[in-house]
Amino acid sequence: MTVTEAPPATEEPPVHKVSARKRLVPYWLLLPGILWLLVFFALPLIYQGSTSVQEGSLEAGFKVTWHFQTYWDALAEYWPQFIRSLLYAGTATILCLLLGYPLAYLIAFKAGRWRNLVLVLVIAPFFTSFLIRTLAWKTILADGGPVVGVLDALHVLDVTSWLGWTEGSRLLATPLAVVCGLTYNFLPFMILPLYTSLERIDGRLHEAAGDLYATPATTFRKVTFPLSMPGVVSGTLLTFIPAAGDYVNAELLGSTDTKMVGSVIQSQFLRVLDYPTAAALSFILMAIVLIMVTVYMRKSGTEDLV
Amino acid sequence: MTQKTEGGDVRLAGISKTYGSFTAVHPLDLTVPQGSFFALLGASGCGKTTTLRMIAGLEDPSTGTVSLGDTDVTHLPPYKRPVNTVFQSYALFPHLDISENVAFGLRRRGIKSVKKQVDDMLDLVQLGQFAKRKPHQLSGGQQQRVAVARALINHPQVLLLDEPLGALDLKLRRQMQLELKRIQTEVGITFVHVTHDQEEAMTMADQVAVMNGGRVEQLGAPADLYENPKTTFVANFLGTSNLIEAEVASTTSDVVTVTCGGAKLKLPNARCQAQTATGDKLLVGVRPEKVSIAHADDADSIPDGRNRITGRITASSFIGVSTQFIVDSPACADFDVYVQNIERDSRLAPGAEVVLHWNPEHTFGLDADQAIDAGVQSVEDAS
Repeated sequence: MTVTEAPPATEEPPVHKVSARKRLVPYWLLLPGILWLLVFFALPLIYQGSTSVQEGSLEAGFKVTWHFQTYWDALAEYWPQFIRSLLYAGTATILCLLLGYPLAYLIAFKAGRWRNLVLVLVIAPFFTSFLIRTLAWKTILADGGPVVGVLDALHVLDVTSWLGWTEGSRLLATPLAVVCGLTYNFLPFMILPLYTSLERIDGRLHEAAGDLYATPATTFRKVTFPLSMPGVVSGTLLTFIPAAGDYVNAELLGSTDTKMVGSVIQSQFLRVLDYPTAAALSFILMAIVLIMVTVYMRKSGTEDLV
Repeated sequence: MTQKTEGGDVRLAGISKTYGSFTAVHPLDLTVPQGSFFALLGASGCGKTTTLRMIAGLEDPSTGTVSLGDTDVTHLPPYKRPVNTVFQSYALFPHLDISENVAFGLRRRGIKSVKKQVDDMLDLVQLGQFAKRKPHQLSGGQQQRVAVARALINHPQVLLLDEPLGALDLKLRRQMQLELKRIQTEVGITFVHVTHDQEEAMTMADQVAVMNGGRVEQLGAPADLYENPKTTFVANFLGTSNLIEAEVASTTSDVVTVTCGGAKLKLPNARCQAQTATGDKLLVGVRPEKVSIAHADDADSIPDGRNRITGRITASSFIGVSTQFIVDSPACADFDVYVQNIERDSRLAPGAEVVLHWNPEHTFGLDADQAIDAGVQSVEDAS
């Protein structure tokens, strides 16, 4: 700021100067994030969008021809992988919720002084890489391994084979293995938001519900669960969205029959080198997830919660 | 409300609560008569809230029993007790609107048509137009009334109030005190009210139990507690008392005469809470508003037969309806005197020599084996 003003005029203008400067502060704070998103999200998105409507080959080069037919072709050829992705991701999300809710509840209300330790244990798997954890599951579920041995002896595998989740006395390279891997890898993303929203609930509300003739089960149904909805919604989103696009679990723990759309996109990009199809598949997946999430958020009515 | 609750007295028999080695409530016997407004009064940590929570079933007593009428409810979980609580921070359900908050208890008992009752109850607490709002859209005073409505709609045998006015500002608190008293008279339900505010307890309750250190120090009607405190804690915690360390000079069946700092004071033997053999120590007390103050020059005009103490004014403060003097005397270093501002004597200023005098009937005697300043509220407590 330049000091060119005459001293008598300093009554009002300085106030304006300060407020003008203050008004700009939020924008300055936004700038790094916006730049980042522009360079690493918006531009790639536009680039992919244009790739998806190009035609050509690697040798001859690709040209934008507004060839939307690629979308229909991709969908016609790979719809089973789409269905499978949504099915596996949905199953894994439900499993995560069923496993994660009791644990988050326990940490929030019953863990007492062990709370921080248990939270660290929940996050502990992140100290190793995603890939290594998934590879470890490969060993755990391996043919003739202890898990397969026990489940086979208990005839659990007979039941799961009959249901079509496994094949014979194998776990690896079956849908069940992929869903197990997805559930395991995304479980912390479910637990942490659930824990956060459960932990925020005032314990006196439980007492008040009990005081007003609600049994512990009713208290959970009418007070605790509704108040934990923000956690349920963000937990399921944080699990479902990445799980739907995941390909590592399907690649490492599955077989060709358990391919998810993520694997298809990966192979189209890196092996087949059919960039337009790969880009179109990415966009279709994004659109499906976006629509599902919007409908889900509308249905769960979380905007109504405090 | 036409419906009267059945039931009876709340009876606590020998209940106590210990947490590890800490005793929150010492074995306690207490009977709250049906239909009364009963206050548990004490400073924070005196065990009053723990006692209330044991009645509600939110805390298991370590020993003893809780009965409502003839029913022993000691081992009933809270949701099976015909008792409702107004919580300190109201604990309204944030995801439910006001009418659903109020209807919560009725719905849990399987009552389907709640609309009429909820509307009536919201009218009683004058919140009819807020039925569809969420709790966070209401002010503190309104939330407080929702909490009362939510508990009262169930027609409990006993309504428990845990410092229900603690979060409100002074003016609103006075207003809500009258409101609660009105509601209690109207519905005739037994109210057990926990508070640390002695004025609140005295204005609202029929019976007050003063608690200290997990024990009931004294139980009685507010005026009785105020006029005849049995311990220094009650004397100091309820209002202000001037306590003087004295020695018994002589005793008859009616009158005890004591000496202190050269003065001779008389008090009725009936108002003595301790042994009064000649030579025993005794704490002699008198309330500040019972004492008259006269300038030393007018000492001759004081009628005979009154207790007298001489001293010097160290401070005076004008409070409007009255003036408060602090007098330094050989018997007591900080003697409080409240004088109504009817005819103000301009000579009564700091530094003036004065004579304090009062009717011996207004004097009470306490056991000298207790701390003289027990229950004196420090500045931060006096909220």
